[in-house]
Amino acid sequence: MTTSRRKFIKISGLGLGGVFASTSALNLFGNNSPLTEKTVQKITKNLKKTATYCEVCFWKCAAWAHSDEQGNIQKIIGNETDPHCYGRLCPRGTGGVGMYSDEDRLKTPLIRTTIDGEETFREASWDEALDLIASKFKDIKEKHGAESFALLKHGSPGKHLEHLFKAYGSDTIAEPAYAQCRGAREAGFNATFGSWVGSPEPTDIRDTKCLVLIGSHIGENMHNSQVQEMSDAIDNNATIITVDPRLSTAASKSQYWLAIKPATDIALMLAWMHVIIKEDLYDKNYVKRYTTGFDELKEHVQNFTPEWAYGITTIKPEEIIKTAREMAHAAPAVIIHPGRHVSWYGDDTQRARAMAILNGLLGSWGRRGGFYFKEKISVPKYPHPKYPHPKWDWTDVGEKFPLAQMGITTEVIKCAIPSKDNKYPVKAMMVAGTNITKSIPDKKLLEEAIDELEFMVVLDTMPMDVTGYADVVLPECTYLERYDGIRSATNRTPSIAVRIPAVKPKYDSKPGWWVAKQIGERIGLGDFFKYDDYKEVIEWQLEKMGTSLEEMEKIGVKHYPRKSGPMYLVEGEHHEFPTDSGKIELYSKELKNLGFDAMPLYTKHPEPPQGFYRLNYGRSPMHTFSRTANNPNLNALKSENNLWVNPKVARIIGLKTGQSVWLRNQDKITSTFSIKVRVTERIRWDSVYMVHGFGHDNKKLSRAFGKGINDTQMVTKTMVDPIMGGTGMRGNFVEIITEDPHKTEVI
Amino acid sequence: MRYAMVIDTLKCVGCSDCVVACQTENDVPIGYCRDWITETVDGTYPNIMLELKSERCNHCANAPCVRCCPTGASHIVEGGIVLVTAEECIGCGACIESCPYDARYQHPDGYVDKCTFCHHRLQKGQLPACVSVCPTKCMYFGDLDNPNSEVSLLLKNRKHKTLAPEAGTDPHVFYLT
Amino acid sequence: MIQEELFTSGRNIPNIDPSLEIWHWPIAVYLFLGGLAAGILFFGALIYILGKEDQYPAAVKTASIIPPIALSLGLLALVYDLTHPLYTWQLYTTFRIESPMSWGAWVLLITTPLSFIWTFSYYREVYPKLEAKLKMFKRFNFLNSFEKFTIKNRKNIAYALIPLALILGVYTGILLSAFNARPLWNNAILGPLFLVSGLSTGAAAIILLSKTKAEKHLFGKIDLGLIIIELALITHMIMGYYAGSQVQLEAMQLLVNGDFTLMFFGFVVILGLIVPAILELIELIGFKVPVVVPALLVILGGLIFRFVMIEAGQLTRFLY
Ligand SMILES: Nc1nc2c(c(=O)[nH]1)N[C@H]1C(S)=C(S)[C@@H](COP(=O)(O)OP(=O)(O)OC[C@H]3O[C@@H](n4cnc5c(=O)[nH]c(N)nc54)[C@H](O)[C@@H]3O)O[C@H]1N2
Ligand SMILES: Nc1nc2c(c(=O)[nH]1)N[C@H]1C(S)=C(S)[C@@H](COP(=O)(O)OP(=O)(O)OC[C@H]3O[C@@H](n4cnc5c(=O)[nH]c(N)nc54)[C@H](O)[C@@H]3O)O[C@H]1N2
Ligand code: SF4
Ligand code: SF4
Ligand code: SF4
Ligand code: SF4
Ligand code: SF4
Ligand SMILES: [Mo]
Repeated sequence: MTTSRRKFIKISGLGLGGVFASTSALNLFGNNSPLTEKTVQKITKNLKKTATYCEVCFWKCAAWAHSDEQGNIQKIIGNETDPHCYGRLCPRGTGGVGMYSDEDRLKTPLIRTTIDGEETFREASWDEALDLIASKFKDIKEKHGAESFALLKHGSPGKHLEHLFKAYGSDTIAEPAYAQCRGAREAGFNATFGSWVGSPEPTDIRDTKCLVLIGSHIGENMHNSQVQEMSDAIDNNATIITVDPRLSTAASKSQYWLAIKPATDIALMLAWMHVIIKEDLYDKNYVKRYTTGFDELKEHVQNFTPEWAYGITTIKPEEIIKTAREMAHAAPAVIIHPGRHVSWYGDDTQRARAMAILNGLLGSWGRRGGFYFKEKISVPKYPHPKYPHPKWDWTDVGEKFPLAQMGITTEVIKCAIPSKDNKYPVKAMMVAGTNITKSIPDKKLLEEAIDELEFMVVLDTMPMDVTGYADVVLPECTYLERYDGIRSATNRTPSIAVRIPAVKPKYDSKPGWWVAKQIGERIGLGDFFKYDDYKEVIEWQLEKMGTSLEEMEKIGVKHYPRKSGPMYLVEGEHHEFPTDSGKIELYSKELKNLGFDAMPLYTKHPEPPQGFYRLNYGRSPMHTFSRTANNPNLNALKSENNLWVNPKVARIIGLKTGQSVWLRNQDKITSTFSIKVRVTERIRWDSVYMVHGFGHDNKKLSRAFGKGINDTQMVTKTMVDPIMGGTGMRGNFVEIITEDPHKTEVI
Repeated sequence: MRYAMVIDTLKCVGCSDCVVACQTENDVPIGYCRDWITETVDGTYPNIMLELKSERCNHCANAPCVRCCPTGASHIVEGGIVLVTAEECIGCGACIESCPYDARYQHPDGYVDKCTFCHHRLQKGQLPACVSVCPTKCMYFGDLDNPNSEVSLLLKNRKHKTLAPEAGTDPHVFYLT
Repeated sequence: MIQEELFTSGRNIPNIDPSLEIWHWPIAVYLFLGGLAAGILFFGALIYILGKEDQYPAAVKTASIIPPIALSLGLLALVYDLTHPLYTWQLYTTFRIESPMSWGAWVLLITTPLSFIWTFSYYREVYPKLEAKLKMFKRFNFLNSFEKFTIKNRKNIAYALIPLALILGVYTGILLSAFNARPLWNNAILGPLFLVSGLSTGAAAIILLSKTKAEKHLFGKIDLGLIIIELALITHMIMGYYAGSQVQLEAMQLLVNGDFTLMFFGFVVILGLIVPAILELIELIGFKVPVVVPALLVILGGLIFRFVMIEAGQLTRFLY
């Protein structure tokens, strides 16, 4: 048997294209291979494919859920044509089957009740739970105004509830994806280029010649197409420069790993600017044509020499100069990656500004191999009455932070704590698709606030920690069991994707849209929910977009041509940037006018005191925050986080790999659980590192309960970004405790 | 026809997607696996070498597992793929003991199981599940007998290694370094 | 500086990670019983062929009860350790020339019935009282003709048993040494070593069952010789690891300077070989020693030796 490479590809193209009779397939290879029974079974098994997009993180990769006749989800495979995944999901997306099959899922609505003086949950019918929630909605509106019912949400269910809340009269809405995540970079880039970076990031990584990652740990951060394109960049021999105090996976793939001292990135970037300007390495035409404030910048960075930065960052001047030249050499096909989770040290908008300015100097915004001009198609709004105008909303709650462009979770939470100068009292809260006890720092504040609430309802798929605080818990079915809004995201070219239920909801769980509609109808907002099934909404929208649900069921993803013009700046052509000046603002008048530094400045941040280590955290490629810790498939890969400790520290404290330790932070908060040590050279001696999302408190999570430490528990001190309200979380210091601090009382 | 897998360690990020994909494709019970990821760290901060690798049965040309199998359940098929026929396996464990890579495991149903190079997918003209899912596209699969196949060309043009060559098994999963 | 090597995809496969536990105590018992049976059968057949069965009745007759029981129990132990035992018959649908396991299966298939037949041919002679009770020959007439047939063919059976016993004895060692992947086992000396050890336990068993001084004496001498060879082979084995690769050196550490050192040196080498050798020597010189003691020590040492080799061998690996 000879099968040439060319034929192999051709056949595989066929195979991926669709179903084809297994008998003919067998003949392709001749029948001289004895097939085992299992193989034959596998080959002939026909699985149903349903179009969906993934909800294990927020990259929203389009995929096909494969289910068998018994209605079990067998596997989930990326949609070939999808620009978010190019047919390849990440491990979490592939392991999405576990979101569905997890037997610990929430199964019925739960209502808090007191039995024998002890608070507990009892199972309830949907009607009872929804009636109770509806009565609270009415109650709060009458007593305090609709604005006092806040919504903290994240992901798909959030969209449906946002609609409910706005219809109800509350825009007191926030999500952790802003103040705990991307907010600062959006503010920083917006102040420079006049537009957000957005998600997915419009980084042209596949065509770049130089990728600069400042803390961004792609490869552990598994945002799919970025990981794929970084790999393409490696194939293309692009230079990768990674700035990270820890040897991240990306750092190990980089030609230059700048092992920076934590919290000093701005100094490094100022020195880079210094070198680029001093050595005339910037893109002169670009700077002249498209930017404003170059002279001020030049003046500003004059003294920020590599030698100056060396003293701060511990990165050698030669390294700084060499990497600056590498970037300039590759320009404009260079990306100073904006990162994504950027709420680090409280001066994060300014750090993002520094990244943006570097991109401006090197002329990479709007250039091939730099940042492309992204585009998306807008999905028509399903008709509904006008939303009422709330008396106050998230903007008012966050008024202290002039450039906040979304609700700030921590500010909304503070509003729940009564005080005489609290103008925006929050009295009830709905939490949907966010595990706030893990994603929002300062547990004390959170518990104090929750304590004051008159009512709290949580919509989740799992009995996560946050459900333990609720008065009512509603079980949502997983993304594999429901319709959801049409995905339309910014990319090189516009595209949409649909989510269609692959199987019926397990247990007594219901889709988020249904919950929103049920509550809405019960509180007299039926006009906002004029459909029996969300399917009708999608059908209507798809029709308007020149397609149909029928077509989308077959293709999953539909592409549209660009309308906004070319992806990159056209050589020599005028381009108006959406800033006040119409130019890239190297010097920001807007910031200046608001009383902030017009250009970034390095400020020193506190360092760990003797015996303490800076708590650094990040992602494991196999997990998403706290949501996958109990996922049977993914838990099998990584069931707990580890505490990375440098061998020098291990020697001083006497730690061994595998040993269990506890942590206590600068505010004397001791971790509830222990964590196993990993002694490794990959981490600096002044920090310890762990993956975020472990250390679950809820016993109902049979696999995840008590495994590892919850980093958020140790984050009691936040450094708040004065510009947009982000909560910097990397300024917490911990000491390592080798004896169980919890067992003392017993004896 | 000689199937081989080539994995580029310069691109692998150790995400374990290949492990999950194998699990869902091949109904590998939770807690078991046909492929796995290893991480090797060498050096002193900040001069550190890190290597991430996806490992599995090497479909050895000189396969001790096949030799030691008393029933013939472990056998080699067209293309050099080493397979186990569940219905012929008595679960004696000899093959497990014989594999220098610990690439086999006892399926809870009793028989011994391992990577099949996704033989059933090859029959359909598809690539192995792990190869087709890998987000860094660092895995390649094809025919070594064909000098123009991607795998042949990669091995011709790039530095590579196999695992524990000293075990003398002639492994057919190659690692580009 | 430390070098780290770890699984990042949480490999924790039952019985495989962190170290193999595929073969458990039944395999050690199986190898031990196989060796013991091989030893007894070998001596029994040899003495019969030499025509000295009346001089050394324990070796040929009394002890002959052990092999069929040992082999049956051994087979039972083996099957007990299979994880897919309902398919055991698959062993006999094929013969795999390269698989020691297959060799073992077939050798056992032939040897076990032969050992039964051998025992049967002496049944009425050695256990007349038992037969008086059971009255088997009265009840089943064909037994008479069968007995006649077996007695007539004793010589042929003995000729067959000698090579079979040797193969069986060597096999118990080769089964392990064939595994390149387990550095501790991967040592050509294991075949001869296990054979000699099996013969020695067989001799010891004969000593235990024999009633005559002469027989005890002869097998004491044989055993002493075997122990000396065994000690030489063990030295050879250790030297082999010394000369071997890094992984073999590490494997040897388990025996020489690790978790199994006490078991290996204390119980196998000293209590199981050197002490009985000295005792037997003293006895040979003419001092009075209860021969049961060295014989029991040898048997126990042989058993522990197999436990150690099975357990420790699975801790050793090529990678990770
Ligand atoms: N200490 C620390 N805090 C952090 C971070 C960190 O790295 N360290 N990261 C920050 C960042 S970048 C972000 S974006 C945020 C993320 O913060 P969150 O979005 O809160 O992240 P998760 O912890 O995954 O919580 C998601 C919740 O949604 C539930 N869920 C999952 N799928 C569904 C569904 O389909 N429907 C419903 N109703 N619920 C669902 C999960 O069970 C879980 O309870 O966290 C931020 N907070
Ligand atoms: N697998 C997986 N992927 C994910 C997610 C997930 O949960 N799981 N979440 C997604 C989301 S919502 C987000 S926001 C992103 C977050 O992903 P990123 O934006 O990549 O996250 P960061 O927290 O910025 O990066 C963490 C890295 O910053 C390094 N670091 C710590 N302190 C400093 C410092 O002072 N300076 C520098 N230069 N580096 C520092 C850490 O060592 C670590 O390597 O990940 C996304 N991708
Ligand atoms: S990146 Fe992974 S988890 Fe996120 S949406 Fe895509 S496949 Fe799902
Ligand atoms: S899927 Fe690819 S990148 Fe991820 S661990 Fe496997 S081989 Fe490496
Ligand atoms: S890797 Fe192990 S199981 Fe696979 S063929 Fe080689 S020896 Fe056999
Ligand atoms: S366990 Fe099964 S496949 Fe392995 S050697 Fe024994 S019979 Fe063969
Ligand atoms: S080739 Fe198939 S069976 Fe082998 S590891 Fe990859 S997915 Fe698993
Ligand atoms: Mo995020």
